[in-house]
Order: sequence, then structure tokens, then C-alpha cells
Amino acid sequence: MKTCLVVDDSSVVRKIARRILEGLEFEVTEAEDGAKALEICQRQLPDAVLLDWNMPVMDGFEFMGHMRRLPGGDQPKVVFCTTENNVAHIAQALSGGANEYIMKPFDKDIIADKFAEVGLIPVGQAMV
Amino acid sequence: MTPTEYEYLRKFLKDSSGLDLSADKQYLIESRLLPLARKAGLSGIAELVQKLQAGSRTLITDVVEAMTTNETFFFRDKVPFDHFRDHIMPEIIKARAGRRSVRIWCAAGSTGQEPYSLAMCLKEMGAALTGWRVEIIATDLSQEVLEKARAGVYSQFEVQRGLPIQMLVKYFKQTGETWQINPELRAMIQHRQLNLLHDFAQLGTFDVIFCRNVLIYFDQDTKINIFNRLARQIEPDGFLVLGAAETVVGLTDTFKPIPERRGLYKPNDPRAAAARPALAAATPRMVAMAGQ
Ligand SMILES: C[S@@+](CC[C@H](N)C(=O)[O-])C[C@H]1O[C@@H](n2cnc3c(N)ncnc32)[C@H](O)[C@@H]1O
Repeated sequence: MKTCLVVDDSSVVRKIARRILEGLEFEVTEAEDGAKALEICQRQLPDAVLLDWNMPVMDGFEFMGHMRRLPGGDQPKVVFCTTENNVAHIAQALSGGANEYIMKPFDKDIIADKFAEVGLIPVGQAMV
Repeated sequence: MTPTEYEYLRKFLKDSSGLDLSADKQYLIESRLLPLARKAGLSGIAELVQKLQAGSRTLITDVVEAMTTNETFFFRDKVPFDHFRDHIMPEIIKARAGRRSVRIWCAAGSTGQEPYSLAMCLKEMGAALTGWRVEIIATDLSQEVLEKARAGVYSQFEVQRGLPIQMLVKYFKQTGETWQINPELRAMIQHRQLNLLHDFAQLGTFDVIFCRNVLIYFDQDTKINIFNRLARQIEPDGFLVLGAAETVVGLTDTFKPIPERRGLYKPNDPRAAAARPALAAATPRMVAMAGQ
């Protein structure tokens, strides 16, 4: 089973994301900010990170920078999932090492499409 | 809705758009047509049927368009677009190296995601198509979806269905909450109203025809009729691309599936092409691909 770390300071968003990702057969762990997410990654890297941008303590962008520099940190697919919906932020995320980018609000179809896009799930699965 | 009204609407829809409803789709008709009737100031389905019988033109169009399913996404099902990039276009580039032009038809383009996905694929091919004339014709029955396709403006939700984020950044311009596809890509596509039930010989012949997720709504005879007429509009070495739930198998031998490439078909008998009268495209808008 593939693993996904959901990083968001809203417990509601984490819960919705968890339900969708478990439906796509991911084993889900949660973190409420970048610092906590980094601790988890230092112990074990997930296959995927669904990552909010604005969070207290350490934001998503900074977290991604630290995670990418961990041994094997280039492996996880990072999918931003944020209300920041302008080109400047998207471009910054991509050049900082993000694989995909979701603009909130999101739903199951968008998550499935984006996860299929980066090869985390087979394309067919995105269609059910 | 009385059984007579339902039968009338079923036949009306089949004759006007090909839509083949089974005997138990009353709920579908009601959910789509009641709001339309109310908006037109009519009391309900009964009065709507009377107006249709009286031949009210605008209402006829509205009813037909309200019953079509327009759902579509960028790079829908992904695989056909991989085939387009990795198989179809390389073959065409080889075969048309002399005349350096390619004609592509999206036969049910809906709100434009499919033709624009093809345009993006072509753009991504870059230098391989430098100096080529590329023509994409996108047709649909519905004027409403064509208008949207022409404008090329999509909601944040729509641009997140199937479109890789790099493509969004590269080929779209953000205005507030919406995203518009770049003028350069819009200029690659010609949008036209066309009912597949009617004659389409005037479109000329194509190297590639995408006809996806529209034939599923039609009955067998209509499908066969359309396949046979599509076969006359395709180059002998051209490609037909169907939707995931569609096939020619068991319906016609004018096309044959390409093994190992799901959804891809080739015309069957190249000799038939020789007997075909040469057809000139009506006012083609040719767009030369600029170098990258
Ligand atoms: C589900 S969409 C498919 C869009 C796109 N090809 C795709 O696969 O995503 C079907 C489209 O077929 C159009 N359509 C339905 N009946 C038609 C007809 N008789 N002639 C032309 N287009 C038709 C509808 O207006 C609608 O936009």
C-alpha cells in the first residue's frame, strides 16, 4: 500500500483528504504544520505528500525545501493543495520541487486526476 | 408526463440529435426539460410538447441542447493523447513529409477541452512540426458549447481536470478566478456547428478524426451510418480515435482496430479511397506552426 502524508493546519481539510485518499487505497498520516511533517519524514519518507502552503510554525514551501534535501527526499511526489491560486505561487512551487498543484477547493476527481498525472495511481483508477 | 408525450419526445430527440433513450428515461427528460419549460414561461412538459409540435424554432434548439451530455475534460483518459503523440503524429510526420500539412477533426468537441488538448500536444512536439500547416476543426451540435470552446475560458475546477499543472502555467492566462487558453492555441482551432446526423462531406478529408464519447448515445443503425460516412472523410492511412466505451467491432468493417492501441482504428480498405471524389475543404483556416 502506498503512503501519503497530508499536511494541513485545518483538521477538517485533513479529514476530507484522508477519506478521499483512503478511497484511493493510500495509507494516510497527518501533520498540522511543516515542522511536524518534517519530523515524520525524517523517520520515514512517504510516497506522496499532499501539502498546504500557509500554516503556522513552518509553511509548506519551506517544508518541501527541507524534505527534498533529506536522503531520498527527491523521491516523494509532492502535490500542493492550497488556496493560493495564482501563477506566481504555482511557478514558485514547481521550481521549488513540487510535482503537481491543486487549487482549493478540491474534490475526489481532482485529487484522483492529479495523483494519476504524477503516476501515484493508474490512470484508469482516476475514472471510477 | 403521459406515455404519448414521452414517446413524442423520444422520437423527437432521436430524429434531431440521434439521442437514443430507452423506455424508462422519463426522469432524465423531466430533470432536464422542466427547468427549461419553466424558464420559457410554460406550465410543464405537456405545454412544451405542444410548442415543439407547433414547430417553435428556438425551443427545438433549446430542448435538443438541454438533452445533450457535454461533460469533457482535458486529456480525457490520457491514453488516446499518448497514442496521438507517440504513434499517430510520428506516422503522419513521416507520411506527409512531402506536403507538410495535417488535418485533424474533433467530431464532438464539446466545450473545447479535447481540441485544445490536441493543440497542446502539437505545440509540445515543437521543432518536429516547424513549418507544417496544422488544421484542427472542432465541431459540435450545440451552439452553447461551441461559444464556450471559442472563448477558451475555463473555471478553476475545469482546468484541474486532466490538465497537468505545467500545461496550465504554460498555455493559459489567469483572469481572476478563470483561466483562458492562449490566443496562439485558440488560433489553431476552427469551431463549427455540425450535427453528425447530417451530411459532413463538405468538411473534406482528414488525417486524424477524434470522435469520442458521442456515439455511445446513438443506436446501432445510427452508429453504423456515421462510421460509414466517417470512412469517406478519412485518408486511407489516417486514424480514427474513439472513446473508451466505443468500438467499430461488430458494427462495420470500414475501420479496423489497431492491436495493442486501445481506442485507435484505421480505415480498412485503402482502395475505397481511390473511388472517392476529391473533396476540397470549405474555407480552411490554415495555421502555420511557428518555430519554438
Ligand atoms: C460527452 S461530450 C464528449 C466531448 C469530448 N469528445 C470528450 O470525449 O470528452 C458529447 C458531445 O457530443 C455532442 N453531440 C451530441 N449529439 C450530437 C450530434 N448529433 N452531432 C454532433 N454532436 C453531438 C454534444 O453536444 C456534446 O458536446
